[in-house]
Parts: sequence; C-alpha cells; structure tokens
Amino acid sequence: MRPFEYVSPETSKQAVSLLGAAWGPTEILAGGTDLLALMKEDVIAPKRLVNIKSVKDLGGVTSTAQGLRIGALTTLGQLADDSNVKKSYPALAEALIEAASPQIRNMATIGGNLCQRPRCWYFRGGMGLLPKDEAGKDVINIGDNRYHAILGNKGPAKFVSPSTIAPVLIAYNAQVRIEGPKGKRELPLEKFFITPKTASEREHDLRPNEIVTEIGLPSAAGWRVAHYEIRQKAAFDWPLAVAAVALKGTTASVDSARIVLGYVAPVPWMSPEAERALAGKSVSDETAKVASEAALAAATPLSHNAYKVQLARVALQRAILKAAGGAA
Amino acid sequence: MPDYGWPKAEDRTLIGKRITRVDAPLKVSGQAKYTYDTHRPGMLYGKIVRSPYPKSKIVSIDTSAAEKMPGVKAVHIIQKVGSTIHWAGDEVVAVAAVDERVAEDAARAVVIKYQQLPFFVSDAEPPAGAAETPGPLSYDDLADMADNQLPDPQIVSQVQQYGITFKPDADSAKSMKDDGFSESVIKAVAGATVHPGADSKPKSNFQKAAAQTIGDPDKTFSEAEVVSEGLYGIAAITHCCLESHGSISEWPEADKLFVHMSTQNVSGIAGQMAEPLKMPAANIRVHQDHIGGGFGSKFGPDRWGIATAEISKKAGGKPVRIMLERDSELEVAGMRPSAFARVKLAARKDGTLTGWQSQSWGTGGPGGGGMPPIPYVLAIPNQRKEHTAIRTNQGPARAWRAPSHPQAAALTMCAFEDMAAKLNMDPVEFFLKNIELAKPRQGIYSEELGIAADLMGWKQKWQPRGKNRSGNVARGLGLSMHTWGGRGHNSDCDLTIHPDGSVEIKMGSQDLGTGTRTCILIVAADSLGIPMDQIKLLIGDSSYPVSGGSGGSTTIGGVSSSTRRAAVDARDALFAKVAPALSVQPDQLESVGGTVRVKGDSSHTLSWKEACSKIGAMPITARGKNPDRAKPPDLTNSGVGGVQMAEVQVDTDTGIVEVKKMVAVQDCGLVIDLKTAESQVYGALIMGVSYALFEEKIMDPVTGRMLNPNMEFYRLAGLNDIPELVVHMMTGKGYDERGVIGLGEPPVVSPGAAISNAVANALGVRVPFIPLTPDRVLEALNNQDTKKAGA
Repeated sequence: MRPFEYVSPETSKQAVSLLGAAWGPTEILAGGTDLLALMKEDVIAPKRLVNIKSVKDLGGVTSTAQGLRIGALTTLGQLADDSNVKKSYPALAEALIEAASPQIRNMATIGGNLCQRPRCWYFRGGMGLLPKDEAGKDVINIGDNRYHAILGNKGPAKFVSPSTIAPVLIAYNAQVRIEGPKGKRELPLEKFFITPKTASEREHDLRPNEIVTEIGLPSAAGWRVAHYEIRQKAAFDWPLAVAAVALKGTTASVDSARIVLGYVAPVPWMSPEAERALAGKSVSDETAKVASEAALAAATPLSHNAYKVQLARVALQRAILKAAGGAA
Repeated sequence: MPDYGWPKAEDRTLIGKRITRVDAPLKVSGQAKYTYDTHRPGMLYGKIVRSPYPKSKIVSIDTSAAEKMPGVKAVHIIQKVGSTIHWAGDEVVAVAAVDERVAEDAARAVVIKYQQLPFFVSDAEPPAGAAETPGPLSYDDLADMADNQLPDPQIVSQVQQYGITFKPDADSAKSMKDDGFSESVIKAVAGATVHPGADSKPKSNFQKAAAQTIGDPDKTFSEAEVVSEGLYGIAAITHCCLESHGSISEWPEADKLFVHMSTQNVSGIAGQMAEPLKMPAANIRVHQDHIGGGFGSKFGPDRWGIATAEISKKAGGKPVRIMLERDSELEVAGMRPSAFARVKLAARKDGTLTGWQSQSWGTGGPGGGGMPPIPYVLAIPNQRKEHTAIRTNQGPARAWRAPSHPQAAALTMCAFEDMAAKLNMDPVEFFLKNIELAKPRQGIYSEELGIAADLMGWKQKWQPRGKNRSGNVARGLGLSMHTWGGRGHNSDCDLTIHPDGSVEIKMGSQDLGTGTRTCILIVAADSLGIPMDQIKLLIGDSSYPVSGGSGGSTTIGGVSSSTRRAAVDARDALFAKVAPALSVQPDQLESVGGTVRVKGDSSHTLSWKEACSKIGAMPITARGKNPDRAKPPDLTNSGVGGVQMAEVQVDTDTGIVEVKKMVAVQDCGLVIDLKTAESQVYGALIMGVSYALFEEKIMDPVTGRMLNPNMEFYRLAGLNDIPELVVHMMTGKGYDERGVIGLGEPPVVSPGAAISNAVANALGVRVPFIPLTPDRVLEALNNQDTKKAGA
C-alpha cells in the first residue's frame, strides 16, 4: 500500500487549511465509496487524505422558508428517507434510490456523489481522464467509446459526468455552497461542473483547497419535476442515459422549463434548446418529441455510441411526459 | 450377487424426493468456510506481477528492490526472461510478504521490461479468403499451446493433422517432459510426420479449423423450396466466479505439501502439481470444504497455484496464499470462446429441414478454438460447414458450463426460428415437424415440447413475428432445445459402519454448490434405511478415495453409483453378522426405517444400533466404485434432452430487453434429489438470462486489454432482472429406469437461444448477436426500418 497521511479535522476551516494547492497529492475523504476504490485500483495515489466526516455542521437536512438546506455529508440513504425530500422533492428521492444499492446509499454522501470521478473505463484503467496513446492520438476516438459522450465532446474530454443525481438537482435549481481559504462562495450547481481541457483540471469548479459544504434547494412549489433513467439492468447499474425535467406553469401551457441530461456529456447537460421548445406550449407526445429532438440536434456521437442519441432523446421525452403527469 | 440396482419407486424412501440441501444452514449463516475464508497460522500473502501488454517478450526482470523490502519473504519468477506473453494480465513474477499491503508494494517494486509485439484482440468476421491452413508445428508452437493451456486432445489432434518441423528424439522428449507436456502429447510428437525446414512460415491469425460436407448440400440447396439465411453469434464471456481462483500452499514437512485450493477437482490436483514441482503426487494433500463457483474454470492448479507452492518452499514452508483479484479473475481465469456464423438453411414448404450451410468463426484466445457442434440437436441430412478459428490475445479459453453447446444452440436454434418465421410456422410445430432428426431422443423432446408449451401458455400467447406490439412495447416467445451426455465419472467411495451404529463415508469428491453432499447422503441413507443425519460425510480432501473432477455433469452419476455399491456391500456385510442373531439367512434381512428386520416379519426386528452391535470390534468398510462391471447393473447413463421457452418484453424505443418468464423442461434420468435438481435448473436459467442480456468480455482495440474487468461493466443479472422461472423435471416411467445422469450443463445451454428467439419474435427482426444489448437491438430495428423504407 502506498503510504499516506490521514488527517481528521473537526471544522471546515481546519479541513480547508489541510488541503493543498494542487489536485492529486491531497484528496478529500467522506463516504469513501469512490475514493477507496480509486486508491485500491491505483488510479490515484494521494499523499494525504483529509477525512471530513468528523467536521461539524456538514450533515443534516434542514427545511427553511427558502427551501431545503442539505449538508454535504448527508448520505444518499438519509436524504432519500427525509420526509421533506419525499414530500416536496419526490423526483430527487427517486433519483437517490436509483443511484446505488442500499449498502452504498448508507455510506455515500451527497457531496461525494457530486464530486465522484467519472466511470470511463480508460480512466479507471489508469490511463488518465483525457487519455492519449503513445502516438498522441485520442484513445477515446480510436478505442471503445460505447459508453462515452455524445454532446460536448469536441474537446479532449469525452467521458460522461458520473452523478445520476446531479441532473435532477440542477432541474430543481440547486445551489452548491463551497468553503475555501478565502471564505465561502455559492454557485448554481450547473456552473459547478466543468469540462476539463487539460489533465491538470478536474470535472468541477472546486479548487484543490475547497470543500463542498452544502446543497441548497429553493422551494419547488409550482414546479413539476421528473427524473428518468435508461439502464441495461433493472437496478443498480450505471445508466446509458438520464433526463431530469422541471416544468413551471400548467401542462396546458408551460411557462418555463429546466431540462438536464445526464450520461451524455462530460457535464450534466442543460438544454436551452429543449427548454425554449417547450416554453409556452402544452405538453403532449408531440411537443415532448420536438423538445427532445431539439435537445439532441447538436449531438456528435463517436464511432460506437450513436445509439445513445436515441436513448437520450427517449429518456428526455419520457421525463417531460412524466413531469407533466405528476405533481412536483 | 447382491442387487445393486436403484430401488423400485415404491421402495425409495429418500431418492427422488424433495430434500433441502444439508449444508444450507452453514451457507446461509456464513459458517461455511471457502478457500477464500481460510487463514492458516503464520500465513504469508502472495501477489502477482502481471504483464500489462497483450503480446510481448520479457526482456528483463529485476526483483532486487522487492527482495530488499522489509516484510517480503520470497520472490518467485513465474515466466523467465525471453518468454512470450500472449495476453494482458499474464503472470510473470510472484511475491510473498507478511501482509497484503507489503506484498502489493513489493509487486510494484518489481521492474520488468517488455518488448511489445503486435497484438490482435478482435473476433469480427475474418476477411474472405483470409483463413490459412495451419502448417507443421515448431517446438515453439507446441510450447505456445501449452502456455495457452490448450487441452491435450486438441494439441494431439493438431500434431497428428499438421505434423511437426523438428525431428523428435530423446532430447526433445526430455525437454517436452521438463516443459510440462503430458505423455499423450509426447507420444503424438514421437509419431508425428516431420516436415523439416518449414519453421519460418508466418502464422495467420485466421486458421481453417474445420471443414465438413455431409450428403449433397449443393443439390439440396439448388432444389430447395425455401431457403433462409441469417447471421448469428454469441460473444466471449468470462466465468466470473464469485469466489475467485486461488490457493494456499504450505510445507508441513520438507517433502510434504498441503494445499487449500478453490477447485472442482480435489482428487486430480496433486497429480497436476507433482510434475512442475518435481515431487511425488503422493506427498501432496489437497483440501477444500466449499467452493464459490467454478463453472469449468477450476480443474487445474493454475500457474498461480504452482507459484504458491514454490514461494512457500522458498519462505521456509510457511503457508502462502494467492487469491485472484476481481480484475485478474475476469482477465485471465477463464473465457468461454465466442462463436459467430452465417447460416443458410434449406427446407421443404411443409417445414421439413433438408440442408445446412455455415461459415462460422470465433476465438478461444491464442489457441484459436474449434467449431461448436452445429447444427445442434437436429441432424440435418445435407450439410456443408467451414469454421475459421481466430487466434487472439484475448486470454485463455476454458471450459464454460456445457462447453461449446450454448454457442451451438445460439447458432442453430436461432437459424431454425428464422426458418420457421419464413415458413409462417409456429416454432413448436416446426420443431415437431423435424423431431425425427433428433434421434434417439425424439420421443423425449416431443413430450417436453408439449409440457413446456403448456407451462408457458404458448398456444394462448404465441403470435407470428412482430404482431404482438402495442406502442413501444413488443412481446414475444422463443424456444430452444439442447442435449448433453452426463455419464457418471470414475468414483471410489468408502462407507464404514461402526459397531456403535454410526456410519461414515469418505470420498475425494467436492460439492460445487450443486448438492453433491446432500445427494451422497440421500443414496447412502436410502440404501441403509437410516436417517441422513446419522451419516457422517467426509469429502473435499485428496486423502479420501479418488473421485473424479466435477465437470461435464459427471459428478452425480459417479458419486451416487459408488455410494450405492458401497452402501449395498456394507449393508450386506452387516446382514451377515446380524443374521445368526435373528436365526435367518442374511438374504432374508432388510434394513428399513432405522431397523434391521426379517423381511415380512416385523416381530423379528433389531434397531439399527442393536444390529450394529453384532459387528464385533472391527468396523465394516466397503469400497464402492463407479464404473464397476463386476457389480451390475450400470447405475448411470448418458444423454439427456431439454426444452426451454422464454417470454420477453422489448422496449422498442430503448432496445432494453426484459425477460418476463422462462420455462425449462429437463430430463436427467433418475433424479436423486428433486429439490436440488430443480435448483440446478433455476441457477442455470439465471446464468442464462445473464449471458443472454449482459455478459461480454470487451477487449480494447487500443491497448488489447479487457475494458470491463469489474462487476460494474461486466454486468451480471441482479435480482430485479430475474423473471418468473418455471422448472419441470421429467421423472417416472421412461426416465427413472435410465439411471442417474448429470444435470449441471444442459439447462444452461438454451437460455441464450430461447431469449434471442423470443426477441426476434417480438421485434419481427433478428438481433444477430448475444448479449442482446440496447445498441444491438436498436441497430437491428433501424436496419429493419431502413429495409422497409427501401422496399
């Protein structure tokens, strides 16, 4: 085992001070369901683990006048069982249950779910997030890319964003709160995810010395939200396509929509095209189809994943109809 | 001569009943100890340094840094400098250390330089005319075959067919012996045709492996009333044993080796370890209590098993454990060869099959592999078959539950279903029309087809192709048939009756989780007329009488026959001791319900314990054997038939296939335990759903490595993927009197074909390749749409 230092700070300030200036030498340990696997498989080899599980005030779900405040250390299981989540954010509850087996849900945290590393088999095989072969060719282009990105894949990043929960959180207009040496900052969750252009970047906007402390959800009153996954296996399987849809207004006339696709791009993929296509329309098979086609119009499938374009389109179409059919 | 035959139906007290497996409490409570759970005192942990490249030559190995690390107890080179590596993950060096972490560090500290060589990992259709007839074999070719773990009969047949390039003499025989070749191969080489100087011929990756013509296929196809053509195939998959391969070796004395091994072959391992370790097999003891899956991949000690013994010796005899990591388990510890074919069928308008043509190909790793037994089950009178074996660096093939049969079923039964669809025939009718081609089991298949159809509700549910569709939901039914041998293997059993009434059985067999323990006890208890829990059963150790490896569905026939003969002989020896006390001849006695009594006279009864007290001081031990011509009748038999039907629902927008129901109707002669027999079939159906929908060894065209050596992307069916399973065992008259026949393999043969056929019936189009993943289903649907649009 490669030796590493293990530190267990008690405050977020301490935690931040123990983190480094670059990615790699230091990693944050919360639920550990992804990190430990990456270490065992020798994909990463941190010199220091900062265990944040004993940091106070990073857990718990609180209902406020503005909505819901979710501590980053809240486990997927706790969140799925939370009565406010079940009542006011049922599509999130569904996504949480579908995200992992009960054992994993009891360990994995919501902060960790958003920060987990991609499932790309080249990355997990130790070839890096933006793998190149010895001749400098993009490995994903010449390799087996059946599970890779169909949107946002023109740069070196062709993996798909791994969180199945992020799309529905974004549909609910979630904010992510971050603490670093310079204090706290907050940004919309969709801005948290970025597409790395170089190997030294990560898949999110977190700096190496920052931690996610909290997810904020505004009130979902007036929104109808749905989450839909297409998976090969009936349960506990990385999906082939995910769609999350939030609709405001009535099904006869949608005022506005928030539409997010998962497992199609290196980030959770917002589709303003689909949102525009639905705005002002009534929801029907036809408008759902038009909107989902608009979302995928710009798709650029790779050599082995054209089928994913159809899957993403179908997932979105079904999510739109599901959202229209159900209350928020 | 005692009557060794199976008791008549009315006399069976346990045989054929529904009995819960005796080790169930141990297993469900976690007390059953697998090799993986075994920790020996002072045990060291071994790790293996593996080649990252699919094809390479080892240029240098530097173990000095590893050897110097504190906690490292031994380092052992498995493949020397100069060796050629044929697949990624192949074993090069093993290290042992005081704990797993140090062993990992030491493995990482070993520096190996490789010369990378061009590799080939694709089993796509070979270009036309690419297949070469193999030339004579050089010594290196033979060494490669041995390295690739090609079975001896295959090496022998290639040597006989193609000859060799070197002159065999005493020196070459000695070096072959040193390199671990078996006597049969050395003998074949000695008698081979020599083609000197043919060495440097480049070897194509595509080899003509079989070509066969039966009857007059040209005439048949030119005169055929109906011809159906199709492309079919089934991907290479792994065994994915949940307990990975591995062993623990230790030397309790300088010349005695004790091995715990996860194996299907307790009695057969010592012999395989003796030669590489250059020691007498008699000095090797192998032990295993429980095994977490083998499926055909655990018959040998494997390189890593030999390595545990070598390292243990270097480490002063301390126990050394190497269990494979999950990725290695999937990469190197077993692969079922792929098989693909373009098939053409000829038939008359009434459905009678007249001709078969196939160009097939597939890979079994570096050895290439052979042609599956096609056409399967139905012996079509006119045939032309050509098979191209692709030599790849995908990893070594191993027997996978019913070797070659699931492939044969997929290639054949799917082609049959397509022909039935072309003829607008219900597949059940189509198979019945051709059932005479299933000789000698046409009667069994006919009966099974009827029962399966009833259990599936085939008549009510079946509709012609593509007709059962509502919106994006398509439903369909499919069927397949299969066969297998399953004659009992060689087995010795010692059964001892002690003077205190206790009974003990010793046998060097193993229970793969199939219920072998339970079945041995059922046979013994039924034969002795005592309860099963009065018998102590000892299996899983090579110090017990030799019993065959558990493969090819041979165990139940072997162990039940040897147990029956041992029990009858021991019982009769007991009767001989008891008879004087009851003042009768021994043949007037019977043992029933825990008593020994005079037949038809309940007033002359002794309890089992009282009866055994007449034995005297020394216990009775009887050795039962299978086969044993001196003690007829033959208690086991060969040749079974099975029919399976699948009902599926396909989402035509997503290509996701959901299996709704599977029906399996299976014959296996006399059933010893109905419950564990049914369990075998349930397990096979689950395994079948898994390989029909999910499993595939995905090879990377860039690195030549397996891309999914984990259980996230090497998908196995989960609970929610398992449909309603209906199992019907054929028993009673016409089946029981055939004797005991194995059941492990046959029910896993048909699920792929039956599910593929159900999907074709649902969609109205064939999805050519298994597993039936969404990308493949959507592609087939899109091609169908394109065809329609073009028509």
